[in-house]
Amino acid sequence: MRKLTMKLILGAAALCLSALPVQAGTIKVGAIFAVTGPASFLGAPEAKSAQMVVDEINEKGGINGDTIELIIKDSGANPEKAISFAKQLIEEEKVLAIIGPSTSGESMKIKKIAQQGGTPLISCGAAEVIVNPVASYVFKTPQKDSFAVRKIYAEMKKMGIGKIAVVAGNTGFGKAGKAQLIKIAPEFGIEILAAETYDKKATDLSALVAKLMANKEIQAVVNWSIVPAQAIIAKNMRQAGWQVPLFQSHGFGNIKYVKAAGQAAEGIIFPAGRLLVADSLPDSDPQKKLLMKYKADYEGRYKEEASTFGGHAYDAMTILAAAIEKGGKDRAKVREAIENLRNFPGTGGVFSFSAEDHNGLDIDSFVMLTVKDGKFVLYEGK
Amino acid sequence: MTTTLFFQYLFAGITYGSIYGIVAIGFNIIYNATGIINFAQGEFVMLGAMSAISLLQWMPLPLAVALAVLITMVVGGLIEMVFIRWLDNPSVLRMIIITIGLSILIREVALHIWGESIRSLPYFVGNEITALSLGPVRISPQVLWVIFTCAVMVIGLSLFFRVTPVGREMRACSANRTAAVLCGINTRNMVTLSFMLSAGIGALAGCVMSPITYTQYDSGTSLAIKGFTVAILGGLGNSAGAVAAGLLLGIIEAFSVAVVPLAFQDAIAITILLVILFVRPHGIFASGDAARLKEF
Repeated sequence: MRKLTMKLILGAAALCLSALPVQAGTIKVGAIFAVTGPASFLGAPEAKSAQMVVDEINEKGGINGDTIELIIKDSGANPEKAISFAKQLIEEEKVLAIIGPSTSGESMKIKKIAQQGGTPLISCGAAEVIVNPVASYVFKTPQKDSFAVRKIYAEMKKMGIGKIAVVAGNTGFGKAGKAQLIKIAPEFGIEILAAETYDKKATDLSALVAKLMANKEIQAVVNWSIVPAQAIIAKNMRQAGWQVPLFQSHGFGNIKYVKAAGQAAEGIIFPAGRLLVADSLPDSDPQKKLLMKYKADYEGRYKEEASTFGGHAYDAMTILAAAIEKGGKDRAKVREAIENLRNFPGTGGVFSFSAEDHNGLDIDSFVMLTVKDGKFVLYEGK
Repeated sequence: MTTTLFFQYLFAGITYGSIYGIVAIGFNIIYNATGIINFAQGEFVMLGAMSAISLLQWMPLPLAVALAVLITMVVGGLIEMVFIRWLDNPSVLRMIIITIGLSILIREVALHIWGESIRSLPYFVGNEITALSLGPVRISPQVLWVIFTCAVMVIGLSLFFRVTPVGREMRACSANRTAAVLCGINTRNMVTLSFMLSAGIGALAGCVMSPITYTQYDSGTSLAIKGFTVAILGGLGNSAGAVAAGLLLGIIEAFSVAVVPLAFQDAIAITILLVILFVRPHGIFASGDAARLKEF
């Protein structure tokens, strides 16, 4: 009798032991965002969006029964901090994957670290160099700069514009954009008559506008920056009575700049993801349902307007979640799963990754928008 | 260069120039009373504009501006009382470090209160695209507001320092502190007053320029650098000189755009500062003999 009891106890114990691995575990995911500092307009909505996705997944019972633990590190847009956080996340926290950083500069600094550490990295930086040349573990969600440039030039061709002026802020974003604009112009037969760079702290550009305006051949102006000067250039041009079309980069996709420029923002044309005009998309659009949901969720939870930037982190987190569902808790398998993801709708566009393309978006992920009555609307052409 | 272009540059230059001039006047007032440079002057400008923008929700524009100026004056006075008043004969270097520290402190507080976003007051007259035609050129009415405010300030201040008893006491305090004390002037109160006055002037400047330049928690820093350059250029302590130097620098900057790329605009301002510091360290408009008698 005693023997039987013993056996039963042992058996129960064995059962318990074998049952342990099946019990719910946690998956650690790292995130590096510039929540404070000069790039906080990117990092703050990104961190909020990522947390929102994770909370939603966990409420539904996690992925394959495992809950996600998101470890957010605030880099303050400082590349050195981003490097040490990346090392800490990979070596100490042993995270499954990292999303972020917010800026291109930081992303480039930790590209190698993620690759060597064999940890999938889904960056929210815009620059093309993050995924070109391809590093097998590094991905990014924002649309490429060159798509924005091509989209603008294609629109100019339609409008019959051939001679333009380019102005850019002296930030990494501005410089990279200016280089792309100059490089791609010949492909579209567009001639750049003037190219100027202004300080990111510029407070008035009326002298520059006077100079450009004196050149009667200029048919349009392209401004490439993420700083308040986006609104200042618009104001100065209209005050001077210069009515040529003003094109801006996708950095203009922040309603705050429209408010700052007021009347002067009317008619500005710029490329952006579909999030800003989600309401006016046709129901057949594959992104519409998701965009409306993201907008409603974000605005309901944080009481502030959703931006395309937060969308980049939303995409990064949902892509990672989909990959974990397929690849499990193995870093190499998750990497492979991301690379094999096809026709995955996100806020930035419909992602189709491949071994050569770690951005997964095409030029149609951008649409041309304009400002009408202080709101973003689809640009219909003239 | 066509006449139209010439005048467009000229007016752009006058716009920058008056802004620099007003900021420089703020430097001068504290310098006159205490012999130090208050590096938190740019933050007063930011604080004035930000307060006015916040107050605008509850009251009309003129009232919001007036109240913002008052609030900034109180802040200026409190800062002096808390951080500077109790110091016993502090050295110039120590005062500079204290004011730099204060500027960082104010900036961080502003970041917590107002966040990172850019804000601006509405245009006093018209809106973002309104422009007045003056002959061949078009300028925003707000530019005229800046120039007008600048002129009123210079005239008002010179009257204040020459005619009113308090103004005279402040001047006495700067000329010779010990002698001023012997004459029964409370020099400590004069210093507090000078901080309040320059904070108020900075705040008013911030309000009139906000529609043109926008305001952000850290927009004071770059203004302070330009204002400081102009204050040195015009001769420290000389308000009319500051405005003249401000206009000069603004116009040089505007015309420089015609010949060199825009990216060099700030380099030109800094080069001028360096040249002046080497050649005429007492400024263009001040007398060298008088400057030699000053401590700093």
